[in-house]
Amino acid sequence: MNAITITELHKYYATLHVLRGLNLSVTQGECVILLGANGCGKSTLMRCLNGLAPHDQGSIHILGEPLTRLSPAKLRRLRQKIGVVFQQFNLVQNVSVFQNVLYGALGQQRLGLLTSLSCFASNELRERAMAALERVGLAHKAQADCRALSGGQQQRVAIARTLMQDAEIIIADEPVASLDPKAGREIMDLLLDVVTERGMTVLCTLHQLELAQQYGDRIVGMKAGRIVLDVPRQQVAMDDMQHLYQGETRVDQPPLSTTPRLTPATH
Amino acid sequence: MSTNHPLETALPPRFRRPSLFTCAIVLVFLALFIQGAMATNVTLERLLRGIVNLGHFLGRAFPPDLSNLDVLAWSMFETLNIAIVGVTIGIILSLPFALLAARNTAPTPWVRTITRFIVSTMRTIPDLIWALIFVVAVGLGPMAGVLAIIMDTIGFAARFFSERIEEVHPGPSEALSATGAGKLSVIGGAILPETLASMTATSLYSVEKALRSAVTLGLVGAGGIGVELAAAMRLFNFDRALTIILLILVVVIGFEQLSSQIRKRVI
Repeated sequence: MNAITITELHKYYATLHVLRGLNLSVTQGECVILLGANGCGKSTLMRCLNGLAPHDQGSIHILGEPLTRLSPAKLRRLRQKIGVVFQQFNLVQNVSVFQNVLYGALGQQRLGLLTSLSCFASNELRERAMAALERVGLAHKAQADCRALSGGQQQRVAIARTLMQDAEIIIADEPVASLDPKAGREIMDLLLDVVTERGMTVLCTLHQLELAQQYGDRIVGMKAGRIVLDVPRQQVAMDDMQHLYQGETRVDQPPLSTTPRLTPATH
Repeated sequence: MSTNHPLETALPPRFRRPSLFTCAIVLVFLALFIQGAMATNVTLERLLRGIVNLGHFLGRAFPPDLSNLDVLAWSMFETLNIAIVGVTIGIILSLPFALLAARNTAPTPWVRTITRFIVSTMRTIPDLIWALIFVVAVGLGPMAGVLAIIMDTIGFAARFFSERIEEVHPGPSEALSATGAGKLSVIGGAILPETLASMTATSLYSVEKALRSAVTLGLVGAGGIGVELAAAMRLFNFDRALTIILLILVVVIGFEQLSSQIRKRVI
């Protein structure tokens, strides 16, 4: 069965046509790496997949279930099956690392927050949260404040949170873009290890082509709101991947002549 | 460093002519000020007479009348009670008002508009007017004061809380929504923890503000030390009035010190 099936997907932000007839299917247990320049619609696609941004035309099926016109309760149930790893980690500040991991269970708990707070959670839930933290190697930081953690450690906590969620699909939106190369590689290793352990499906966007050549089963490339590349990882050519970043890549591309580069990039 | 070769582009002028709008505003303001100064009859002669009268007042106020200090202490205590009870209930009620008034937590736009209207009404009506209204409604005494403080606190705190809630970083809330959490769980799990520090600061300031208004509320008969002060002034017992003013000064300053100590610990 397909984990994700997207057919003829269109999405507009006001008048901006972001996704322009997108087709993609991902089978269960597959790990797909999604490439594309900034502003090509990758993040929008990711947000459409779990209903954070509703799409306008076309259809998305998650594990055989259509994502259109779901009642709020059904949408929440579907979201439980999709774990999301963000570029900016998105941990809640001012609560402990352990509590952040427990938040992963929010969707499963009938009483929501009440039975997910560290002080009220069941022993079973607390043990599962600790196991998830042990899996990502941060059990010793359980009581720490999130701000005291490095970027790589924060992303590990975020992965532990999706483990807590018991998701079947993981959507990772540039999970290593704000990390240094070494930490980024560690996070990718960890992510790929846990998804193989649990037989999860992964859709992961990346910016580093070298990383893309090393992880995942399949490489999918996006350019200006469409999919233009879809090959098994072993057969991908560097030229094809680099082509994704040339020419008209953005969905909001202004004509080149009106945007002269005045200052050289400093980073 | 000076340049020897002539500049190609003209230098920007040192001054720019103010716009017509600015001129109009300044003229209207000046006209109002001159007319106002004439109407309120501010003259040097009257000011000098005022200073002489103030000297008479101080002469009769010294030494402060320290008899019946226990009665005054009890009224001061009643003022404290009014402030503490009013501000506590006010802060607790502010939270739901703030959540309904903030753009990112309001259930629908019209609920937000109505809530914001209610809150701004509470804020626009001064505390003394609220006290007058409640004295009519529930009679003379501290209860009218408590109700007035509640209204004043909600008007102030709910607005600051809701502004803080709107500023909150959307990432963590999105992460919790993505786990399938319901709206209330997201508010309690991500939004409240991230806003807690600033809300505590606002609450402490509300307590200081409530104490100051609780003092003046007595002037219109809403209980506390203000009642004693109004009576002393009307009966020309200036020595007693001075004792009361000094007492208020000591308590308010002491309380502000305490509150800034708490603030340092919390934030």
